[in-house]
Amino acid sequence: MALGPYASFIVTSYALVAAMVLILILWIVVDYRRQKTRLAEFEASGVVRRSGRGAGDIG
Amino acid sequence: MTLTDLANPTRFLALTARILPWLAAATALLLAIGLVQSALAPDDYQQGATVKIMFIHVPNAWLSMFVWGVMSIAALGTLVWRHPLADVAAKAAAPIGAAFTFLALVTGSLWGRPMWGTYWEWDARLTSVLILFLMYLGLIALWRAVEDPSRAARAAAILTLVGAINIPIIKFSVDWWNTLHQPASVLRMGGPAMDRAYLVPLLVMAVAFSLLFVTLHLAAMRNEILRRRVRALQMLQASGRPA
Repeated sequence: MALGPYASFIVTSYALVAAMVLILILWIVVDYRRQKTRLAEFEASGVVRRSGRGAGDIG
Repeated sequence: MTLTDLANPTRFLALTARILPWLAAATALLLAIGLVQSALAPDDYQQGATVKIMFIHVPNAWLSMFVWGVMSIAALGTLVWRHPLADVAAKAAAPIGAAFTFLALVTGSLWGRPMWGTYWEWDARLTSVLILFLMYLGLIALWRAVEDPSRAARAAAILTLVGAINIPIIKFSVDWWNTLHQPASVLRMGGPAMDRAYLVPLLVMAVAFSLLFVTLHLAAMRNEILRRRVRALQMLQASGRPA
């Protein structure tokens, strides 16, 4: 696949999109783990929701 | 399952836990197909291989407006119907929409340099999309500035609905003003003015990026619900009463 004289513009565009998508995915995964950890800490310390379910229980 | 059932955050979390893996797999598969089709698309007789930038620029540009549309519906949900998940949806969508808008601007700029001879031109389309990006940043700042989520939600909902006026301006800017940006060639009266060799990969990439948005948005909404539970438990711990 020859990209011609403007290959650097094409490759940079695709690389930037890939990087941004990876950053978004990473941000969401890290944030999820952080919230689950904090909820687990509350549960471990005996702080529970009014429903009586565990702090991190989604069921 | 009805819409009323989804108003319950616990049921919403259970649903997202079930469908997120499938959505992520479908997104990855469609992105892979779209990327292969984009790579195999023939060079344009005028743009050469630079036409490949269009396959990522256009989906990001469409989504930059679509996400604001989703946030506008969520804003109505907050202000009119007071749906419990409406402001969660709006808050979770803003950073994703900002990222898509940023990518639309940057990939457009990288296409413009070899094709137009300039990275940037203050024409109506480019300027209105830049304003959209700044509005996304403003919304994110607003959510961060107000500590109480319900107060922040009302202010953000009003700002979102006011900002929605920019969406038709972006869409029709190429018709209303004399701009450097080319007019619509897919979503237009009379059907797409694009050869199938480019239209098919473009549509596949558009669906793939839309699925990517749905996946990221549901995951970000799940995070926001958990964050609010953490906040409620922090307040409970501070007050010594049940959450």
